[in-house]
Amino acid sequence: MSRTKTKKHSSSVWMILPLYFFTLVFVAGPLIYMVALSFAQPGSGSAVEWNLTLENYRKILDPVYLQTFRESFQLALTSTVIICILGYPFGYFMAKMSESWKKKAMLLLMLPFWINSLIRLYGWIIILQNRGILNHVLKALGIIDKPLKLLYSYPAIVVGMVYVLLPFMILSVYSSAEKLDWSLVEAARDLGAGKAKAFWTVSFKLTLPGLLSGVILTFIPSMGLFFIADILGGNKIVLVGSLIQEQMTRGSNWPFAAALAVVLMILTSLMIGLYRKITNVKELEGIG
Amino acid sequence: MKKNSKLSSLYMGIIFFLMYMPVAVVIIFSFNESKLPVRFTGFSLKWYQELLGDSAMIEALGNSLILGVASCLVSAVIGTLGAVGLSRIHWKTKSALEYVSILPLMIPEIILGMVLMAFFYLLNIPFGMLTLLLGHTVFCVPYILMEVKARLAGMDPSLEEAARDLGAGSFRAFWDITLPLIMPAVVSGSLLAFAMSMDDVVISIFVNGPRISTLPVKVYTQLKTGVTPEINALCTLMLVFTLGVLAVYSLAVWLLKRKNRLFSIKEK
Repeated sequence: MSRTKTKKHSSSVWMILPLYFFTLVFVAGPLIYMVALSFAQPGSGSAVEWNLTLENYRKILDPVYLQTFRESFQLALTSTVIICILGYPFGYFMAKMSESWKKKAMLLLMLPFWINSLIRLYGWIIILQNRGILNHVLKALGIIDKPLKLLYSYPAIVVGMVYVLLPFMILSVYSSAEKLDWSLVEAARDLGAGKAKAFWTVSFKLTLPGLLSGVILTFIPSMGLFFIADILGGNKIVLVGSLIQEQMTRGSNWPFAAALAVVLMILTSLMIGLYRKITNVKELEGIG
Repeated sequence: MKKNSKLSSLYMGIIFFLMYMPVAVVIIFSFNESKLPVRFTGFSLKWYQELLGDSAMIEALGNSLILGVASCLVSAVIGTLGAVGLSRIHWKTKSALEYVSILPLMIPEIILGMVLMAFFYLLNIPFGMLTLLLGHTVFCVPYILMEVKARLAGMDPSLEEAARDLGAGSFRAFWDITLPLIMPAVVSGSLLAFAMSMDDVVISIFVNGPRISTLPVKVYTQLKTGVTPEINALCTLMLVFTLGVLAVYSLAVWLLKRKNRLFSIKEK
């Protein structure tokens, strides 16, 4: 038995080699290089000088760049809160639908994933621009006299973020609400809990992991989705993502861009770690 | 208890409306005669004509298609073999390899794009189709790897063991037994990878270099400069194309499932 196992093992090595090679060279390699780069000094043009320094990290603490992180964080937070408020009820209601409706709703939810996000954002440009549809409708209804400046503003960016990321939240809330044992809610009602109390103590607690993973899935990308701020915000707000892109292209300071990316990645992993910790604690509570 | 009120159905309806309204607006105004997307002045196909005459656009479309097919094929080979290999070997580095190989899906796109750009520059690979292919393969492999892995987890390992006991070599056992069984996952993973490649803006912007452009990159640069109905027409065509791929995908999955079902019935 052990002989056949070793034989099977050694003769399957050829299958794994392409993946091994590719992952080491083109995934691990660039990421390790990014960390190394973040300690280097910018040379002229795209060149890099290999004098190890912490200067790039110190530079992030400059008020200008710290401000960028703060603004990105604020925007991500604003979008995430709105996404929670809009997405949670949606996912929850969806789990309560009949099987056939669930399937239809799922299809409608998944379809936008297949449509290029640029196309969907472009639609918002048409709707929000000065002579666009929304201003037209508002004017026709007599709510405004002059067209509002809707596009290239902070709210426009938030609309874009919420729009692109909402499905992620809905799907993750739905998948945890789907597993919810509705008889528990009924039991709470039978034992005299009001509708709100039954929801709060039973349904909400049990769907919290879905809500939290939705927060992770929306918060992390929204720190880096620079093209939404670019298209709908018209360079009004510089996000960490846009800053990295600028440093890689016009700024030609690759080591600084690498340092920004390292910090962004650390923040991202911290959030995922925090999420794991919170949900684990919840599970333990459930078992106890 | 497990029932929705009318109010919640209304709420879901409104959200769905908002989700699809921008797409509908893009499509409707692609047929608009006027250049300004404000009022629908009359039905016209002139923006489509103009689009077809735009040689830069057509070239970008060609690039995107070649790139999509190439990166999807390369990643299908690497991902499929890798997933099967991972299920067979028991190296100590196995879980680390698995973790690193799906990392591209978990880190923000912008970071992946910038590190690839810096790395290709370091290796002195000229920016163009080759760097685009490598970059797209990086994020396409995980999709196929995960799909195939999930499928393998639900498979009976004794089938392949039986083939091996009867004298088939590792390649023969893979080709004749395992591959046909995991084919649905390979197909669905590859189509997903293809769609992701056709959709990608962020990675492409970093690794395309000054001369080559893909369709999404082209659309992106156009959107930054201004709005023309030509983009509406282009977006509508892209939409039709993606939905076409999606339809082929569903059909392929359905057919393969049916075939497998017939196969297992026959065995009984």
